[in-house]
Amino acid sequence: MSEEKKLFKVTIDNITIDVEPGTTVLNAARQIGGDVTPPAMCYYSKLQGSGGKCRTCLVEVAAGSTADPRPMPKLVASCRTNVMDGMIVKNITSEKVIDARNGVVEFLLINHPLDCPICDQAGECDLQDLGYSHGKEGTRYEFKRRTFEREDIGPYIQLHMTRCILCYRCTYVADQITNTRVHGILDRGDHAEISTYISKAIDNDFSGNMIDVCPVGALTDKTFRFKNRVWFTKPVDAHRDCSTCCGKVTLWQRGDEVLRVTARKDQWNEVQNYDGKPGWICNTCRFDKKKTSDWVIDGLTNISRHSVISQGKYPGLVRPHEMLADVMGGREPKLLMDIHDVSEVNDPSVDLSLIEGPATSKDFEKK
Amino acid sequence: MSVQLTNRAKQVDRKPMTFLESIYLWNIMKGMAITISHLFRKKATINYPEQTRSVSKVWRGLHVLNRDAEGRENCTACGLCAVACPAEAITMEAAERLPGEEHLYREEKYAAKYEINMLRCIFCGLCEEACPKDAIYLSQTIAPSNYARKGFIYKKGDLLIPHPVNEPEAYQKALGEKADNNKIKKEPTIPETA
Repeated sequence: MSEEKKLFKVTIDNITIDVEPGTTVLNAARQIGGDVTPPAMCYYSKLQGSGGKCRTCLVEVAAGSTADPRPMPKLVASCRTNVMDGMIVKNITSEKVIDARNGVVEFLLINHPLDCPICDQAGECDLQDLGYSHGKEGTRYEFKRRTFEREDIGPYIQLHMTRCILCYRCTYVADQITNTRVHGILDRGDHAEISTYISKAIDNDFSGNMIDVCPVGALTDKTFRFKNRVWFTKPVDAHRDCSTCCGKVTLWQRGDEVLRVTARKDQWNEVQNYDGKPGWICNTCRFDKKKTSDWVIDGLTNISRHSVISQGKYPGLVRPHEMLADVMGGREPKLLMDIHDVSEVNDPSVDLSLIEGPATSKDFEKK
Repeated sequence: MSVQLTNRAKQVDRKPMTFLESIYLWNIMKGMAITISHLFRKKATINYPEQTRSVSKVWRGLHVLNRDAEGRENCTACGLCAVACPAEAITMEAAERLPGEEHLYREEKYAAKYEINMLRCIFCGLCEEACPKDAIYLSQTIAPSNYARKGFIYKKGDLLIPHPVNEPEAYQKALGEKADNNKIKKEPTIPETA
């Protein structure tokens, strides 16, 4: 029998927790949960080697350990710093941390185009959340924002390089989940950009997962492009028997149309684990199964009450029994106007979910 | 006998009327005096629609979908007006701008369909406040009445402001008294490359 593992005692924002040696400060904070957890843009617990790039998870270490209680001289990235026994960490209780994080967010937004009204990630964007909690109202940046040549990286994924914050998550997905990596970071410094060699469009079977890991709207689903806003679609958990992946997904529906398929996300906006393995989904499930009949629906996805996505969704909704027909002896009341006769929106003859890419004027002219 | 609550109750006078009383002459004259005096008062009504009343600067009327100075539609179908709308009156469908449509739409995404259900609209103006693109605002025009319910589903064609280059007079008229409030901002458009 192995002896009982010694647990490290770490105090984060005056909350003490025992964690296993080798845990990072960020993960220890995630075990506590709530406001204490530093935000993370580049760290992704399911991707090895991720983290340490965006600097949003900076924390102050007020005491290094019981053996050496000196504070660390600079703020440290909590996703890359392991806990020590007796470590005292300050996150939201430290003014230095808040100030540094505000600065980091300002830097992240320097080149960000702020085209949220167009971006399909709006409503579930980590950078939007971060901007809300830490951002400034205006920008102090007076120069032209960085732009790139637009590049087509395949029929399924839309790359908007201007929105990218260079978190490298998508390259880790390509490295660790797909069998061959065909895209990566080209150039250096300010010119660094995500790209593929143009001849090699991304067509790996699991490449779609880089859409899910992207914390901003740099990689978005082309089959969902401009179809609807995230908060107007209804997320439902669904599954199907898939030979290549776990088949457990979230469908984003409008009525009975499946506008988008994503992996199921946990509270840290990461892909959920199933049997200890992350539930990545394959491109067939994500891009080709756009009919409700392809899926077995498990029920409405749990959405945080504070998320805009929860607007208009009522879990446990019980519709009241329609009394009029009973009262009128089985006769239905005469409808003065059926909105679908007049309205052109949500036209049954235009099935958005079956259009390959974004809808254009041609799709709406057709009828 | 019921309990008397106030002292204002009057006994009904059931005496038969005298001759003078029964021809009602005095009462008719009293009534006509009131009627005739009203002829010389200031009229409470106006001849709408030839005349209109002035409304306050913050008064909210019919919705207008704005265009920029070159006549391109501002709306990018971001859905913020629809999510802000407490009456859920606004619906839309977005589309991608094709090459060659740059003179029609300001940004790469635009509202292919945009509808306001005026039966639902409560003219609260939250859509105007939510709009990040200065695309929708509530003008000073009174929303017209209609005989049929289907006439109240306003489509994009009903809502769009006239083209500022092609129909400048109609455009100025549509801007109305709010022209100062809704000056077209010459915002730098988002670069085409992405």
